[in-house]
Amino acid sequence: MADSHLQAVKGAKVLMVGAGGIGCELLKTLALSGFEDIHIIDMDTIEVSNLNRQFLFRQSHVGQSKAKVARDAVLKFKPHINIKPYHANVKSPEFNVEFFKQFSVVLNGLDNLDARRHVNRLCLAAQVPLVESGTTGYLGQVTVHVKGKTECYECQPKPTPKSYPVCTITSTPSKFVHCVVWAKDLLFAKLFGDKSQDNDLNIRPSDDGNTSKNPEDVFERSSDENAEKYGRRIHDHVFGYNIELALANDETWKNRKKPSPIYIKDVLPDKSLQRNGHLENCTSEDMPISTMPTLGLKNPQDIWSLAENAEVFLESLRLFIEKRDKDIGNLIFDKDDQLAVEFVTAAANIRASSFGIPMHSLFEAKGIAGNIVHAVATTNAIIAGLIVIEAIKILQCDFHNCRMSYCLEHPSRKMLLMPVEPFEANKSCYVCSEQTLLLEINTWTTKLRDFVEKIIRNILGMNLPIVMHGANLIYEDGDDIEEDIATNYARNLDKVLAELPSQVTNGTVLTVEDLQQELTCNINIKHREEFDEEKHPDGMVLSGWSGHLNDNKVASNKENDISSAPSAAADAENPDGPDVVPEKPHSGSKRKISEVEESSDNSENPSSKPNLPDRENPHQVDDSNSGDDDDVVMLVALPEAGKKKRVQTAD
Amino acid sequence: MDGEELTAQQTALYDRQIRVWGVDAQKRLSKANVLVSGLNGTVAEFCKNIVLAGVGSLTLMDDRLVTENATHANFLITAEESKLSGRSLAEVYCNSLREFNPMVHVSVEKGDLHYFDGNFFDKFDIVIISGYSLKVKKLINSKCRERQKRIAFYTVECRGSCGEIFVDLQNYTYAQKKSDGTIECHMEYPSLEDAISIPWRDLPKKTTKTYFAMRVLEYFESSQYGKLCQTSDFSLPHVLESRKVLCDEQGLSESHLPDALLNRLVAAGAREYPPVCAILGGFLGQEVIKAISGKGDPIKNFFYFDAADGKGIIEDISPPSK
Repeated sequence: MADSHLQAVKGAKVLMVGAGGIGCELLKTLALSGFEDIHIIDMDTIEVSNLNRQFLFRQSHVGQSKAKVARDAVLKFKPHINIKPYHANVKSPEFNVEFFKQFSVVLNGLDNLDARRHVNRLCLAAQVPLVESGTTGYLGQVTVHVKGKTECYECQPKPTPKSYPVCTITSTPSKFVHCVVWAKDLLFAKLFGDKSQDNDLNIRPSDDGNTSKNPEDVFERSSDENAEKYGRRIHDHVFGYNIELALANDETWKNRKKPSPIYIKDVLPDKSLQRNGHLENCTSEDMPISTMPTLGLKNPQDIWSLAENAEVFLESLRLFIEKRDKDIGNLIFDKDDQLAVEFVTAAANIRASSFGIPMHSLFEAKGIAGNIVHAVATTNAIIAGLIVIEAIKILQCDFHNCRMSYCLEHPSRKMLLMPVEPFEANKSCYVCSEQTLLLEINTWTTKLRDFVEKIIRNILGMNLPIVMHGANLIYEDGDDIEEDIATNYARNLDKVLAELPSQVTNGTVLTVEDLQQELTCNINIKHREEFDEEKHPDGMVLSGWSGHLNDNKVASNKENDISSAPSAAADAENPDGPDVVPEKPHSGSKRKISEVEESSDNSENPSSKPNLPDRENPHQVDDSNSGDDDDVVMLVALPEAGKKKRVQTAD
Repeated sequence: MDGEELTAQQTALYDRQIRVWGVDAQKRLSKANVLVSGLNGTVAEFCKNIVLAGVGSLTLMDDRLVTENATHANFLITAEESKLSGRSLAEVYCNSLREFNPMVHVSVEKGDLHYFDGNFFDKFDIVIISGYSLKVKKLINSKCRERQKRIAFYTVECRGSCGEIFVDLQNYTYAQKKSDGTIECHMEYPSLEDAISIPWRDLPKKTTKTYFAMRVLEYFESSQYGKLCQTSDFSLPHVLESRKVLCDEQGLSESHLPDALLNRLVAAGAREYPPVCAILGGFLGQEVIKAISGKGDPIKNFFYFDAADGKGIIEDISPPSK
């Protein structure tokens, strides 16, 4: 390529965050494109399910650091360049603003919203341009974020992972996903997880509290009860007795199909579970503990019968008790734990059957329970190529030609790759502009701990926060805090806001700061007594900000709202589910939109005529092939892609 | 689909992609045989993608010896290998690709593809060529078409920041996803020869300029001046002359094909730009997976990417249906 281009690339020091699906492709393409100084951060180790697309890794690397193995693999074909791997979490304090400042550009190939937001803040603070990316299945996107020139990653709202109303999960499931959530978050957690955790499993029906006799005891196994007997009792309790209880409440079923209780004696009539002799052999080998071989279930794609599900249920419970006794009490569901997946699949299917919901295969249930995002090598390769193209423009200071790119599954106006001009910063973004937030909260009942966890960490995405009231420090997180001060903070955490040494009441302005992210927010506190429990179960409402959407139900109901930016994609195996979904741009914000001048013959897709979010500032793409109208892009709504994403988010 | 189930090993390895295209598609992939001839950075990207995806077999053809030059944009050639003379590109690619996925049978076939007779092609479901002259491309395309079995044919070229993919699936039937289930779709593809012989005056005005530019370069390359010279000073006047000849002949105003675009392509010569290789190899991989699985809308019949504007465009250049 041109000399200026080569110079820019050779002299650049770039930081890659993530060495996974996109990361492997990106590192390869950077090296081939002439980059000579590349730093990579990734905390993950290699897993078998990575090998179908993370081509720098082999079976023999399973368990090793992704960043390190990726480096070694690239040096084999490009030996004389500097690649520095960090097997670490990008959120750890060593990666501070000073660290970020040494780079010419930061390239993200991340798999979660949390880390993306963190890197966004560090890039803003260090004034380093950021190229952000994500893929899911055939969909992908690359966006460019340059402070003072474009919006930051957080200027547009990001939805949080889908959550479901508690009563849908505990009493009125209508979709298979509800049954999976029940099996995983309630039943599995109850039987094998931390017993001290709150659990809604046994308090149904809530309006009839006195019917369940001493619920805590039901899940205890008495010493003279063998695993199988225990399993049958648990089965009948949760799929039989609890359903009978729920049925007693006519009100619930007025407009709903009634569930039918399922008892083990009807499903597996009085015979004891058939267990073949070779069982013990199976579990003693290198293979993970599994019920499937003994029960003759080979194909994870098959949908088991109700009887097979009951067998898997009993057998997996028995194997947990007999083979993994030590794990019980501190298990958390893990999609890579075969026995856990089998148990959850069986329990979800039995519950689904009870509620007249179609049953699913283990493969499908695993995908739902593990929030597994679809991923293929081809999309990652394409997206990595686009990242490098944008990075090179940034290095040449050719900001004018930077584009956001969307990779589509179905062509839109003949395009499978669609460039869009970057948006301007959202003036009310609390991350990249100074915006005071408003928090409605009950200052007499809410503890500082809840405020710190739910607002500062979860919603504002701060990592090491400091909370100040005027000049008074209320709370601070970090390693180097003196002991007596730390004790003091710990005491504060358990106090309600109004009883803190420096009282927080209606009208107080709190300053919340993260020194690592160099982000400061002012929060106006407004005291409020009453909250709608379904809408705001935490009893807090934060407004005047543009962070991720607080209320998922609103987001997922907007099936037909296609008035938004091209559908964006989350990345591969994002454990939190897709995190970038078309959203309505913040009202009142001015955005540049690459807009088309419709010519007479290009309305080939009239049904998806976009509702441009804001036409105040239409902007023609400056095209190198300019001269007529065939190369102009418009911001199109992508109904197909949008639907696909929402399906994932909603189900 | 009939046939044996995937093994546990396959299921574990391919888990994430089965979630994209389904078990049936994965089974079909594992039975498909792919041939590539003419190896370069773009083809390397494609091979990587298709081997990771888990095709049954991949056969590589290119007897050119590995030189340090060839390593410019290639992750399949390790530093040591580029120094060892005496091995062909196909052999070196083969060694690297085998490691990517032990379940795929990767092998080398020696010789020139255009001298092979038609029977040879029957071994394959997919044939992909790159870097051949227009004459040879047409010849191989017609050999594929003559077989009774349907053989999907593709060409891919990367010229600097621009790239082109051509697709010929002949008579192709596939399942198209609709909101309420799938419907069977039928598509008729023209051969390369038939597609590019459509007079330019008959093409829609909005056809991408890159299409015309690629034809001009092909014309130039088949002329007495041969391959593009690295020094654009020498080539450019002849390329502009080719543009004039073709535009006059085909009835398109020369102004439709700007000097700047041709200049850019000529300056790039035969060099590949790695990000564009990755993008073209990615789309080609996706297209081949679609063709094998019979799932998803395939490209008909040209695809263009230009790093200068970032667009990836599909052009349907087919004679009017009879």
